[in-house]
Amino acid sequence: MTDGVRFPLGSRVRARTIDPDHHTRLPRYLRGHTGEVVAAAAPEPLPDDVARGRAEPRVETVYAVRFHGSELWGSDPASSHTVIADLWECYLEEAR
Amino acid sequence: MTSPHQHHEHHEDVPVAARVRRLEERLIAAGLTTDDEIDDLLTRFYADASPVNGARIVARAWTDEQFRDRLLADGSAAAAELGFGPQTSDYQLRVVANTADRHNVIVCTLCSCYPLSLLGPSPSWYRSLAYRSRTVREPRAVLAEFGLNLPAATGIDVWDSTSEIRYLVVPVRPAGTDGLDQDELAALVTRNGMIGTAAV
Repeated sequence: MTDGVRFPLGSRVRARTIDPDHHTRLPRYLRGHTGEVVAAAAPEPLPDDVARGRAEPRVETVYAVRFHGSELWGSDPASSHTVIADLWECYLEEAR
Repeated sequence: MTSPHQHHEHHEDVPVAARVRRLEERLIAAGLTTDDEIDDLLTRFYADASPVNGARIVARAWTDEQFRDRLLADGSAAAAELGFGPQTSDYQLRVVANTADRHNVIVCTLCSCYPLSLLGPSPSWYRSLAYRSRTVREPRAVLAEFGLNLPAATGIDVWDSTSEIRYLVVPVRPAGTDGLDQDELAALVTRNGMIGTAAV
C-alpha cells in the first residue's frame, strides 16, 4: 500500500515512458507527456497486476491528470483542448 | 438461445457478439455459469439501466444548487441520495458540469467504459475506433460532426475513462426553462448531452 497521496493537487507529473508486454491502463498517447494533477480518487487495485493474476495486486491512488492538447499533439489550432485521464500512481513520475 | 442484449446490437457489432458468445460457451463448459444465469443477470441489469436515470440526476442539479455542489464533489454519494446507489455500486461516479465557456466530453480510448446503469447501453459510435481515437485529438471537429458547433471561445475538456471512474456530464440548462418542473426538465436531457456530444 502507498502512504496516501504522493502527488498533491497541482503537481506536475510525467506519464512514464513504458512499454510493458502485459495489460496496462496507461494509454500510449500519454506516455512521456507532462500534465497537472487535478484530482485524486480512492485507491484501486492496479490493473497491470490484476490482469496478470497476482494474488495481492498493488493498490494505488488514481490521479486525474490534465494534459494540454498542445503537449500531446503539437500547437495547431485543433489542439486547444485539454485531455484528463485517470492514472494509477506508478504510471507517473515527478516532472520538473 | 437469445440474450436480451442482442436486441441492442447493430451490424458492426456482429463480430463482437460472436466473440462474446464463444466466451460464454467456454464459461458455461467450464461450469462457471449457465445460459439461464447470464440471461437473468442481463434482464435485471438492463431493467434498471436507462438514460432516464442520468436525466433525473441532471434535472435535480439544475434546480438545486446545493445538490449540484455535492454532485460535483462526490458523484456516487449524490447519486445515492436520489436512490441510485445500486446503479453506481460497482464504480466511482465523477460528474463534470458544462458552463458558458467550458464544455466537457467523455471518451474511453482503451475500450468503451461508460456509466451504463445511468445512461443505458452505450451507442455503437461510442465504442467505435474513430470516436475513441479522434475525440482526444480533435474534439471540436468530432463534436461538429454530431451537430454541436461550439463557439471558438469555448474551451473543451476531454475526459478519458481509463480507470474504474465513470463520467456523467451535466449540460448547461437551456434558456427559457424557468417554468418547468423536474420531470419536464429531465425530459429535455438526452443521452448524448450526458456524454457531451450534444448541448443538452
